[in-house]
Amino acid sequence: MIYPPAVSSAHFAILSALLFALAMAGLFLNRKNLIVMLMCVELMLLAVNLMFVGFSAQWQNLTGQIMAMFVLTVAAAEAAIGLAILVVYFRNRHTIAVDDLNSLQG
Amino acid sequence: MGEFAKRHQSPWPIIVCFALNFSKVVALLSPIDFLFYLFAGFTLAAGVGVITARNPVYSVFFLIAAFLNAAALFLLAGAEFLAFILIIVYLGAVAVLFLFVVMMLDINLATVRAGFVRYLPIAAVVGGIFAAQLIIMLLIWQQSETPPTLNALGNSPMNQPNNVYALGRVLYTDYFVAFQTAGIILLIAMIGAIVLTLRPRAGIKTQVISQQVSRKSSQSVRLVDLKLGQTHPTTAATAPTEPQEGSA
Repeated sequence: MIYPPAVSSAHFAILSALLFALAMAGLFLNRKNLIVMLMCVELMLLAVNLMFVGFSAQWQNLTGQIMAMFVLTVAAAEAAIGLAILVVYFRNRHTIAVDDLNSLQG
Repeated sequence: MGEFAKRHQSPWPIIVCFALNFSKVVALLSPIDFLFYLFAGFTLAAGVGVITARNPVYSVFFLIAAFLNAAALFLLAGAEFLAFILIIVYLGAVAVLFLFVVMMLDINLATVRAGFVRYLPIAAVVGGIFAAQLIIMLLIWQQSETPPTLNALGNSPMNQPNNVYALGRVLYTDYFVAFQTAGIILLIAMIGAIVLTLRPRAGIKTQVISQQVSRKSSQSVRLVDLKLGQTHPTTAATAPTEPQEGSA
């Protein structure tokens, strides 16, 4: 019988990989809903943050946490801009499906 | 189901064995390891909830659960400041922003859910390939030393005297330019969001700065000769009717 090993940064890395892949699958699943796609991007950034924090703890180096803080900043800015674009898009087209984003095709 | 019942008489012994061994495994875990597996499981479950929830409002709630559990994982790894930033910024601001937008847009749920089953295979394949690649890479990755266990990470030497102090000392010295740039990014994001959602409307009294600045005292001030006790005819006429004009 295999016992789970003591938790280390490798566990954080694998959890982060699983969460990132889950968010990637969510991007494909919710093609009709731009809001959930934005939430999936937020989940991806959270997975990246978990990786940064886990390895920061492994190497005892605070740079990982600083990088995670910058990722948080960019994620907040991205959420604000993305939702603003979403609101403008819904106001003009009355839909939030990504498949209908074809007005630039000419 | 029939095939399974033919090969094994009943699935229950297997399930009971697994449950007994699972309880043994849980008993062998140290409390911090147990907390890690608990919060990691909840994070992944909430992630599954985000991408499969029928209503986007439930997706937002699952996103909040995922971020809360991730904050707990950050605490386990010794990143206390980031854990609380995650709760304050994400649960307090970003999740509420998502909730506002979900409530504000009048989305037809039937059209939003269309195509979910059609995209399920490709999503499973892409997600599976991605997870497999990342995990294989991590498993074959040669570490120069064995990573310290999480028990040692809670009180780590990098967090001396405490996490906020150590983080601030690094952030305000080595990464000062990057810190300022992050502030500028937030400012630009704020201006961009305002400019994008601003729309000019007709019939609104707005401030016209050019008119305001080009006003002269000769056009706006006038001197009236009044005797003692006499009221000016125009002010006497307009003063009582002013509330009625405002209400009308």
